[in-house]
Amino acid sequence: MKIRILGGCLRMFSWGAVLLLTGSVLVLLGYLLVKGVPSLGRELIFGQVDVLDAVLLRKRVFDGLFPAIAGTLSVVLLSVGLAIPVGVCAGIYMSEFATVLQQRVFGLMFDILAGIPSIVIGLFGFSGAIFIHKYVSNDFRPCMAVSVVALAFLVLPYITRTTQASLQGLSIQIRQAALALGATRVQNIFYVLLPQSFSGILSGIILAIGRCAEDTAVIMLTGVVATAGIPGSLLGSYEALPFYIYYISSQYTDSAELMSGYGAAIILLGVCAILFLLAFIIKRQLAGPAGPEPGRFYV
Amino acid sequence: MTRITQKAARIVFFFSAAASAMAAALVFGFLLVFGFPLIGGGEFFSLLTRRWSPGQGLYGFLPMITGTAAISVLSIVFAFPLSLGTVCFMGGLGPAWISRLLDGFVRFMTGIPTVIYGFLGIFLLVPFVRTLFTSAGSGMCILSASLMLSLLVSPTMIIFFKDGFDSVDFRYIQAADALGADNVQRLIYVILPGAWPGIVTGVIMGLGRAMGDTLIALMIAGNAVHVPGSILDSTRTLTAHIALVSASDYESLAFKSIFACGLTLYVLNALAVIAVRRLGRKRGPV
Repeated sequence: MKIRILGGCLRMFSWGAVLLLTGSVLVLLGYLLVKGVPSLGRELIFGQVDVLDAVLLRKRVFDGLFPAIAGTLSVVLLSVGLAIPVGVCAGIYMSEFATVLQQRVFGLMFDILAGIPSIVIGLFGFSGAIFIHKYVSNDFRPCMAVSVVALAFLVLPYITRTTQASLQGLSIQIRQAALALGATRVQNIFYVLLPQSFSGILSGIILAIGRCAEDTAVIMLTGVVATAGIPGSLLGSYEALPFYIYYISSQYTDSAELMSGYGAAIILLGVCAILFLLAFIIKRQLAGPAGPEPGRFYV
Repeated sequence: MTRITQKAARIVFFFSAAASAMAAALVFGFLLVFGFPLIGGGEFFSLLTRRWSPGQGLYGFLPMITGTAAISVLSIVFAFPLSLGTVCFMGGLGPAWISRLLDGFVRFMTGIPTVIYGFLGIFLLVPFVRTLFTSAGSGMCILSASLMLSLLVSPTMIIFFKDGFDSVDFRYIQAADALGADNVQRLIYVILPGAWPGIVTGVIMGLGRAMGDTLIALMIAGNAVHVPGSILDSTRTLTAHIALVSASDYESLAFKSIFACGLTLYVLNALAVIAVRRLGRKRGPV
């Protein structure tokens, strides 16, 4: 009898929790869409400038999100491009070569790096910029290069860990087939293990791109500004979508500016949602027979 | 020839791993060097307990510590029942097809940018809190920030809780089933008692996430520098304090104190990571 009442309460509690959680997120996102969708359009991104002129950099866009989108795009591509080779190589080492002690020590360091709040990573980038300013060049100030390096630090542990996990998830049959045919360990890695775990690594990289794109705390200390135009050089400041949302929320002067903030938020959310879906699909589709459970095809 | 390639490849892999591992130490080193004038004078610990009053030369960050503690603990208080209920739902209390959808939804939630939570907080939650509690002033207070933050940390907690649920030995579950337990009994007597390491891990990771988040507190907690007296007070967190750095004078003590805040956050998070590893679980890519 007691367990029945307890069970009923637990059931109600769990339904309530699910409804409250999903309900509040859906209300928030719904509010964003209802308020923001009317502002979406060519003008939100390109202002009064012709699309082709803007994309070909023939004319500067002053009252649109184009510079912020271009800034986010370049900073994300550069930092993920920087983090991928190091992260994937580190993941390969952790999975294929590291001793137990190395796995433990390096693993702890990766976990600590992954746990550092992004504002502290930003502070690290900022202090690095001051360091260069003091000891190398007086003209150096926080700029895109600093953001790129700091963001690469932010996503490095994710890429390393997903690479390591995907490689370690491969079955012993796959690991040993090429070796038995006389391949070297490095050949085995590049011709068998990496292709076999490609979907896992790729979905990890896509999630890392999402993290880079949404992060505001790192870039606000390392060179992002409210108005800079299209990023021209690694040593210049730049605009970015998440920072624009933050900036507008406190500095908007009229409703048109506020509406562009809603528009920017929808674009950023859309980008993150698309990246999430992409990672999800890649993991599902490409996984295929060689994916999570390859063993069953050989038994 | 192949032997050289072998060696070279191995060296490249090793140096990548070592460099990534050193990155964590490098960040710590920079914070230490820049914060050194404060720490070296033995002032670090007195800073933790002092007020912030630059006019009188006081750069203690007690207000920020209490602000961070209040906001993150309160957000866990909100998020814990939500997450536990959701995981129980996915662990057999709810229909399977909703659970699958819910699983995808929770994973999607981990990707929602925190700046969007902050933005919506300003225009939706803060006015709501302001009208609900007249004493909340502008509505930018600990309550608003921790409510919003609970949505940010819930998916993290749910994923770790679920990990804990999944790690319960399947033979115990089968044994309970064989004895005729229904899904409520199975949950209460078998799964929940076996899942506690996952639950503790989830709470620690959630706390870490709440402590480390900048934008929500920066945008909707009000950023007033004083020790908060109630949850309707405005406050400033350690992260927001760093974000509000005014880089006019690199040599000032006010500026250096920011690195002490950074060090505090770094050490707290490193301790959380070590605690979680001690619990015998590894941090997943959340």
